[in-house]
Amino acid sequence: MGVIVILIIVSVLVAGGFLLAFLWSVKTGQMDDDYTPSVRILFDDELIIKKKEIL
Amino acid sequence: MVYTLLEENGMCQYYDLTSMPGITAKGLFVSDKFNYLDNIAIQDQLIQFKLADQVHVVFYLPQIHCVSCVWLLEHLHKINTGIIQSTTHFEKKEIKIVFNPSLISLKQVVHLLAFVGYEPVIHLGGNDWLKKKKVNKKQLYKIGIAGFCFSNIMMLSFPEYLSNNALELGSLRHFFIYINLLLSLPVLLYSARDFFISAYTGLRQKWLNIDAPIALAIMVTFSRSVYEILSQTGAGYLDSMSGIVFFMLIGRWFQDKSYDSFAFDRDYNSFFPLGVTVLEEGKEVNKHLSALLKGELVFLRADEMIPADAILLTEGALIDYSFVTGENAPIEVAIGQLVYAGGIQKGRSIQVEVVKPVGQSYITELWNRPVLKNEKNIEKSFVHPWGQYFTIVLLIIAFSSGVYWSLYDTSKILPAVTAVLIVACPCSLLLTVTFTYGNVLRWLGNAKFYCKNAAVIEAIDKIDTIVFDKTGTLTNHEDTHLEYHGMVLSEAEMIAVKSVTRESLHPLSKMITQFLMLEVSDLTSFQKIENFIGKGTKALCNEYEILIGSISFLKSNGIPCDDSLQGAVVCLAINGVLKGYFAVNHAYRDGMDKMVKRLQDKGYHLHLLSGDHPTEKAHLTHLLGKDIPMFFETSPADKLAYIQKLQNQGHKVMMVGDGLNDAGALKKSNVGVAVTDQTHLFTPASDVILEGREIKELHHLIAYAKKAKLIIIYIFILSILYNIIGMYFATSARLSPMVAAILMPISSISIVALSALLSFSFSYKIRPRS
Repeated sequence: MGVIVILIIVSVLVAGGFLLAFLWSVKTGQMDDDYTPSVRILFDDELIIKKKEIL
Repeated sequence: MVYTLLEENGMCQYYDLTSMPGITAKGLFVSDKFNYLDNIAIQDQLIQFKLADQVHVVFYLPQIHCVSCVWLLEHLHKINTGIIQSTTHFEKKEIKIVFNPSLISLKQVVHLLAFVGYEPVIHLGGNDWLKKKKVNKKQLYKIGIAGFCFSNIMMLSFPEYLSNNALELGSLRHFFIYINLLLSLPVLLYSARDFFISAYTGLRQKWLNIDAPIALAIMVTFSRSVYEILSQTGAGYLDSMSGIVFFMLIGRWFQDKSYDSFAFDRDYNSFFPLGVTVLEEGKEVNKHLSALLKGELVFLRADEMIPADAILLTEGALIDYSFVTGENAPIEVAIGQLVYAGGIQKGRSIQVEVVKPVGQSYITELWNRPVLKNEKNIEKSFVHPWGQYFTIVLLIIAFSSGVYWSLYDTSKILPAVTAVLIVACPCSLLLTVTFTYGNVLRWLGNAKFYCKNAAVIEAIDKIDTIVFDKTGTLTNHEDTHLEYHGMVLSEAEMIAVKSVTRESLHPLSKMITQFLMLEVSDLTSFQKIENFIGKGTKALCNEYEILIGSISFLKSNGIPCDDSLQGAVVCLAINGVLKGYFAVNHAYRDGMDKMVKRLQDKGYHLHLLSGDHPTEKAHLTHLLGKDIPMFFETSPADKLAYIQKLQNQGHKVMMVGDGLNDAGALKKSNVGVAVTDQTHLFTPASDVILEGREIKELHHLIAYAKKAKLIIIYIFILSILYNIIGMYFATSARLSPMVAAILMPISSISIVALSALLSFSFSYKIRPRS
């Protein structure tokens, strides 16, 4: 039974890690803008050069 | 030109991203416009952070609207190497630019932005209002912590529920319970703080607000749980407690989510330019607007705003006051006359001498009136009295169940009374309200009706009178057309007039030429033409002697004119006979007559206030019906006084207006609706921002906002049912933690779902049709 105690403590600690990650993300402003990053990630700079070569 | 620039830098992807990038690049523009950015004091107001080799600055770019915008703006460093980095915030429509001041100046950065079609909006209020709008981080922390604690407590409570007391878990059981107790502490002490603070401030003002029963429920639940855990009689209701706090925090967050890119609280500072060009000993000097003194000479280029009341010194002033007075057409001003702050110069460059400081000018002075200082919509929500009744009923039930059990089984008094307080928390009521308002705000926003906050929806519900402004509200600023009134002109006469007006660069002349172009296409030559600047034109064309210009111009040439022909009028006389006049009208928006009719059918009192001349009264009466009281030539102060008069008669007033001339009335009214065609520019302080072409849907929008209350009542009935079930368990002293733990999420989730469903289904009339 003792192992359950350890597992529970570990699970709460892991969950706590995620909580800390969330708090950190809020603090560093990652929640300020929930739209632009989703657009920004799709911009692909390499693509243009290739296109130019084809043309 | 812009395409060449993009192509040179290998940035043609811009055109691939969306088939219609949509921004019309302005190309090279009058490069003097931003000269004031060379002024150090102005720079300091804009710059956020400064080092020797990098400067951080944030601009507001209302033109941002699509993926291509973001792409182009974030690749500015490819166009100019002086720009180190540019980051956009799509929803706030902002761009943060880091640039190297030794390679590119602030003014050049702005020029670059304007060149690619994103001219930043820079105003006297600086970017102060941008800084105010920060995401409420504390609220997110509270939600995160409550969510973490709630989910863990819930999980650790499962063994307790599922064991059904048959499985003795021994010391493990205590371990789970104590961890739960530990996890519930941050919820009680941190996440739920706002409820306690609000309840406490309410009580100190001898007033029982909606947070009071919630704070009570949280406290009772926690103390009973602690008692059960310490006395080893049970596991307590810690999961329900943290769940309630978690759901209610989410509800609040949902309701408070606002429109980041809108500013509802602008005052005149936001409308005026940041800097002005002052002439000092014949030289142009850029000055900060607040440093502008009486007696200084200001140089105004075309399309610049007059910063303070001033006297005109040079010729060619053609001032568009539509924003200040609601007057339709630009007005010509003679040398030596006063020009008022807020007017926009439409002609060529002029010089004016300032006679009043910025803060004391005709239009800015309105803001300093005490009637406008009061905050509005601080009336308590209709839910709050319910909260009070709820608390009273709750206490009565708790008390009577206590009395009942004292007669039969004294050991059950405490469990029954505490269980009543735990189960009957008004959180379902609060959840209903916050989520419903959140949903309704969102659907209204979808229909381009942006409310400042949830209190506005309740205020709309009470409205019985709607006051409209004419220019820019019922009419469209951008869509002007000319009307001719008077004797019918023969074709030859029209050709002659057109040939004459074609020679003048005056905007009204150009409009007349275009107007006649629709009728006749030929041109003829004229023998003699004489232009009188600011008055009119006299010409001899074939057999016609043409006089065209203002009323006073025709009078001075001996032609009898009717003084009633006021407003935007150009008179025309041929061979000494007054033929008629041209009037400038802004076209009425579509569907106004229908919208007005529907609103009247619903019993609203409608009024019309216009700053314009009554030239269109007959047309308006025809369009809107006879029953609407109409007032013309009203000043901004008159409009304000009229709203106040209606309010003193006990009416709740919605003001629908657009310009600075309505600003006082918008602020004074119970609900101020600012109508705008460019959503992000020039909206005076208001409660609601409405996009111009949606004004025809106003009756639907109001009806939908009123539905919010109905939805809340429906769901409230449902939550009463839940409460009755809970009460049945509680008063019979049989509320097990498991029943509480099942009832709480089911009621919360079903309420949230029903609120979303109802607000969606009621919104079918205002949903944009695709």
